[in-house]
Amino acid sequence: MAVVETRKLTKVFKRGNVGAVVNVDLQSREGEFLVLLGPSGSGKTTLLRMIAGLEEPTSGEILIGGKLVNDLTPRERGIAMVFQSYALYPHLSVFKNIVFPLKAQGMPKERRQKQAEWAASLLGIQHLFDRKPRELSGGERQRVALARAIVREPSLFLLDEPLSNLDAKLRASAREELEQFQKRIGTTAIYVTHDQVEAMAMGDRVVVMSQGAVRQIGTPADVYDEPADTFVATFLGSPPMNILPGPDVIVGFRPEHFLPPGVAERMGEHISFGFQISHGEYLGAERVLYGTIAGGAFDGRKAVSRIPATHAVSLPDGSLQTFAVALGDVKFFDPGTEKRTSPRSIPA
Amino acid sequence: MIRRQRWLGPAMFMPAVIYILALVGVPFVMAFLYSVSDAKVGSVSYHFVGLQNFVSILHNPAFLRALQDSFVFTITSQVLVLIGANILALSLKEAFPGRRFFRFLILLPWVAPVSIGSLGWKWILDSLYSVISWVLVRFHLVNQYDTPMWLGEPKLAMMSVILVHTWHMLPFATVILLAGLTAIPKDIPEAAAVDGAGFFRTTFQITIPMMLPIINVAVLFGAIFTFTDMTVIYILTRGGPYDTTQVIPTEAFFTGILGSDLAEGAAISIFLVPLLIIAAYIALRSAHRAEVT
Repeated sequence: MAVVETRKLTKVFKRGNVGAVVNVDLQSREGEFLVLLGPSGSGKTTLLRMIAGLEEPTSGEILIGGKLVNDLTPRERGIAMVFQSYALYPHLSVFKNIVFPLKAQGMPKERRQKQAEWAASLLGIQHLFDRKPRELSGGERQRVALARAIVREPSLFLLDEPLSNLDAKLRASAREELEQFQKRIGTTAIYVTHDQVEAMAMGDRVVVMSQGAVRQIGTPADVYDEPADTFVATFLGSPPMNILPGPDVIVGFRPEHFLPPGVAERMGEHISFGFQISHGEYLGAERVLYGTIAGGAFDGRKAVSRIPATHAVSLPDGSLQTFAVALGDVKFFDPGTEKRTSPRSIPA
Repeated sequence: MIRRQRWLGPAMFMPAVIYILALVGVPFVMAFLYSVSDAKVGSVSYHFVGLQNFVSILHNPAFLRALQDSFVFTITSQVLVLIGANILALSLKEAFPGRRFFRFLILLPWVAPVSIGSLGWKWILDSLYSVISWVLVRFHLVNQYDTPMWLGEPKLAMMSVILVHTWHMLPFATVILLAGLTAIPKDIPEAAAVDGAGFFRTTFQITIPMMLPIINVAVLFGAIFTFTDMTVIYILTRGGPYDTTQVIPTEAFFTGILGSDLAEGAAISIFLVPLLIIAAYIALRSAHRAEVT
């Protein structure tokens, strides 16, 4: 039904400039929660706006449910969108905001009322019907925006950073709620965010974008554990993956896989590095150690290690230790293209 | 320090106070004093006569006619300005080649001195040389030997002054509405588009309601200005034919200045002050509200 597909989709805002979105091929699956993740300026919002019909593609095709929609207006595409600002109509009550799309459809009044009550009950906002948007809190506004989006049961649901206006505490609960909500209504959703935690937590699949191009599409585990290139490797994870450029290969491993003496020995086949610790941060549940590789082909390269606080090993600042990474956790990248390559022997 | 501040503050705002007192306060008080006296141009005598001047003008058919015409003139022209300014603002909001030039053109009637503009209109509406009549004749819509007397027939004359005044007021209202329009976040009309609203639904249910506070400001300021302005009428018709385009400001001017009856002129001119003060109060209040939201 509502599978979105883009074929070689490109958007160039100013002729002669580099494209905001370049040759994007994307295919969403039925009922999927697809997250577009990337830093600001990566083209994720532009891509979403093209799917919504708010931005005209420079070239390429957009298909919704197998139908070419390039020349259709937003209203003809049968989609719903939640904006970053929520874009509630400030002069209309919550109820009127929610029924607005139904009125535009020409739905009779009684059905409108029923439908609005259904949408509001899903989000628990019936008691807000008579309020104006300015009388609502951030979280309530977000729910109204969601209710307005689902009220006409769209075939596709587009969300543009809908959690970014909420404070940190609310964001976590809203994230979980939104995820559950999407599973319950089962509508395909495309969700734009620059927050990797949101992307990992919510997405069935994550599309990592940078400079207008798709770098990798995969499940959260795929993109985190098997990054396609050094951009994906360093964009996901906090602190990011250690990237050690060597003479003919780039070696990468996650800080949580870079482990101290005593732990490393239990890992089986592993690679050892000298690690000169410059300073450590105690973060409660874990310790993060910053330092440089000492000796070997990667001498002097910066590296970070992340150790669970349960490993009560003494690792003082300024000390030189031998850390190790399990062989299976080491990723290899081509120095020219920065793309993943097959495992090689690590230069000594 | 503290002693210096005591006189510094008042000294700094004194020029403003003097300005307002000398140029607004004094003339207003004088007008009020004249309206309850028997003052005449060319005489220095002053006798208090109470509300006699107001009673007199209320029995004067010419004044009642002017009062009625003032409302016709103001309301009609403001309705036209409102419709025109909305259309212009909505069409000038979108980017198109030459938009800046068109925005400049729209502003011209407002930037050019109203007397010059109205003189141009005087020729356009002339009984012999009217270009409008010429066009109508060419299209065989009117008889060549019986062209409309644009400024010479009561109904046509009223229509003409209303149209010229509308032409003059349109730019100001357009600029205000454009400002209101650009203040609407881009997301809102986009959300409406995704929600399935077409042009008319978006315009009448979203855009215009959101602009209402600023539309109020434009209309109320326009109405107050129109109620108190006489330029267009003075230049085009001088209140004629047979006083059919006379409004309160021209009536006051002809009675008080040209007719030398200072007292009655003053009474006519301050007759609408209470009404205008209420209008001004509402205008300022909605201007303030428009700022906050």
